[in-house]
Amino acid sequence: MSDVRNILLVGVGGQGTILASKILTSGLMKAGYDVKMSEIHGMSQRGGSVSTQVRYGEKVYSPIVGKGSADVIVAFEEMEALRWLDHLKIGGKMVINDYRIQPVPVNLGVAEYPEGIIDHLKEKVDVLSFKAAEVATELGNPKAMNIVLLGALVKAMGLDEIDWDAEIEANVKAKFIDLNKKAFHAGYNL
Amino acid sequence: MKVIMSGNEATARGAWEGGARFASAYPGTPSTEILENMPQYGKDVYSEWAPNEKVATEAAIGASIAGVRSFCAMKHVGMNVAADPIFTFAYTGVTGGFVMVVADDPGQHSSQNEQDNRNTAKSARLLMLEPSDSQESKDFMKKAFALSERFDMPVLFHVTTRTCHSKGLVELGDREEADVPDYEPKIRKYVTAPANAKVLRATLEDRIAAAKAFSNDCEFNRVEMHDTKIGVITSGISYQYARETFEDNASYLKLGLTFPMPDDLIKDFCSKVDKVYIVEEMDPYIEEHVKMLGIECTGKDVIPKFDELNTDIVRKAFLGVEPETYTTDMKTVVRPPALCAGCPHRGLFYALSKRKGIMITGDIGCYTLGMAAPLNALHSCICMGASISQGHGASIALKDAGKDTKVVSVIGDSTFFHTGVNSLMDAVYNSGHNLSIILDNRITGMTGHQQNPGTGYTLMGKEAPEVDIPALCKAIGVKDENIITVNPNHLDEVNEALNTLLPKDEPCVLITRWPCVLKKFSQQDIDEFPTLHKTQCVIDQDKCKNCKMCVKTGCPALINTKEKVVIDKTSCNGCTVCKQVCPFKAIEEVTR
Repeated sequence: MSDVRNILLVGVGGQGTILASKILTSGLMKAGYDVKMSEIHGMSQRGGSVSTQVRYGEKVYSPIVGKGSADVIVAFEEMEALRWLDHLKIGGKMVINDYRIQPVPVNLGVAEYPEGIIDHLKEKVDVLSFKAAEVATELGNPKAMNIVLLGALVKAMGLDEIDWDAEIEANVKAKFIDLNKKAFHAGYNL
Repeated sequence: MKVIMSGNEATARGAWEGGARFASAYPGTPSTEILENMPQYGKDVYSEWAPNEKVATEAAIGASIAGVRSFCAMKHVGMNVAADPIFTFAYTGVTGGFVMVVADDPGQHSSQNEQDNRNTAKSARLLMLEPSDSQESKDFMKKAFALSERFDMPVLFHVTTRTCHSKGLVELGDREEADVPDYEPKIRKYVTAPANAKVLRATLEDRIAAAKAFSNDCEFNRVEMHDTKIGVITSGISYQYARETFEDNASYLKLGLTFPMPDDLIKDFCSKVDKVYIVEEMDPYIEEHVKMLGIECTGKDVIPKFDELNTDIVRKAFLGVEPETYTTDMKTVVRPPALCAGCPHRGLFYALSKRKGIMITGDIGCYTLGMAAPLNALHSCICMGASISQGHGASIALKDAGKDTKVVSVIGDSTFFHTGVNSLMDAVYNSGHNLSIILDNRITGMTGHQQNPGTGYTLMGKEAPEVDIPALCKAIGVKDENIITVNPNHLDEVNEALNTLLPKDEPCVLITRWPCVLKKFSQQDIDEFPTLHKTQCVIDQDKCKNCKMCVKTGCPALINTKEKVVIDKTSCNGCTVCKQVCPFKAIEEVTR
């Protein structure tokens, strides 16, 4: 059991964690791991908090990443990183997109978006934070933000033995392959 | 060959491998993707969206009686709608193997209740299979059809949100074709007039007894012996949490066929271990049976009776161990789901939110979110199709009590076709006076865009006749002048229709017709709604007085800070509701 590694991709409905996790799990499977991935569809998709959970190792039972067990948490939005902090393994790493999406209560003025989340998390845990949307925009399309984050995740997990370019080719529409390869390597080389 | 599949994809694959030829379903989270994955097997399996779960079940029953392997699929509450046919089909048994896939939602991720349909298998007396991951979803589904034929019983294929929506590796197999016999009437088997049904009720006990004998020694129920101090009995996804909690420090009786229950196998397993733990989600279904056999066990006295389980919960309950975690005093803000930017429901709910003295009965769909702040314009939501019938009952009751509260009922297009039509019939037939609003967004939205009888297309991608909603309402008996269709993005149109229809003392229907913003538009949509996604709104910061009126529409494209409001370009779809409510004409519509 101890060999099972855990990854959490967290964000807000509509941010597109699905493609990143699809490429990730496909690569892990080809590398010979047992893989399980879990996500929740439905009402939470309408702007709610969402998570995609990926577990891999020799034999994986539960598809759910428990508290205190994620080796890496990739947060597509900064407050979501804070929300899932208790799922990080002691000594684990966070990859945080320096990007905010205001929840409805903040928009309505009945709550305030917490300030200084990334600095606060940096005091506690190993954090890599950057503006993934800006990196993707420089490459030509802000929507490739998810693949930039995937590149950073692969680096953080040390999954170098997998041919990620091939996985991108297999899972992305032809006209977006070049962009996504560039996005992946930009994230990996941060 | 191994591939990675969700439980739902694997169930669809299993149906194909198992020789199914007919499939019908009504979409519902977490079951929707099962039928969505069927058209790829369209050469061998016909599949369709039915208007509701009862119809889907009956269509599949018809195919079974005709001699064809068939299945239907639904979410847990759909089982209630389909209960009428299945309770009797249990008596008749099958000709072609029949499987009813029922997806429960422990934790209510996307549901109005949490019901454990394992109890339904027991009360209706259906064979029940419970897979615990994607591989078993595929394997069990494949074998379910032959099992159904062998014992002449329908199968309830019980899955949960976590098995449906988690992915795992699946070893694929080949399709096993089943012969389709020439049709021969079997009147005593299938005509459940009392004289026949009483006989069938008795023979059902024989069929259950045969299945029970099988359950004690079958591939679906598996014993894994390790350390014998603890013996765990479990089924479905709970097996995974138990296996991770106790590892090889316990022995396991992993049940896959859970109705009828394997009494001898349970007794034998329990005799070989010191203590018996039951790990299961929701109701004490296994636990009560084990206790009935006179075996002492620990289950629901330590683990929750409701909500979803996970390894952390099982570990804490039985081992008293909690994981070490990082903690923080910094508070997050909740992120409740909201109607999308550009959602055609927003204009309607904004207009309703400004009306005083009305009761608004709601229904199941994205538009249930009309309840949320700042709109707060939906007051009830019980089940599919209930808005109009509830509104009818409320309007009669309020009027009889001398109250002048007007009742408005809000229902989506797909929900109207599901079970709202009967409700409107009730309101018209019994001289009701609630205003029924049918939110026709040209698709089944909440579950992720499935075709329905009003969209012009089928599950398998064929063009289809469309239900003409105004003509249908007229045929039911709503007067022509009491049926109005509007563009819900135009507040003046909505308000004018409300002003006309609300004062009337007879059944009225308002139809809001505009496509869901997330829909992949058909050519017909593009022709009918030429301005779709063509414009966006921007705030002229020089004219803006920061009055926040636009924010009260609840649109997530409006980003509100103390200093100002701006419209997020990547989110805005140009519905212009914010522009219409701005008192300072500070919002402009620009070409996208």
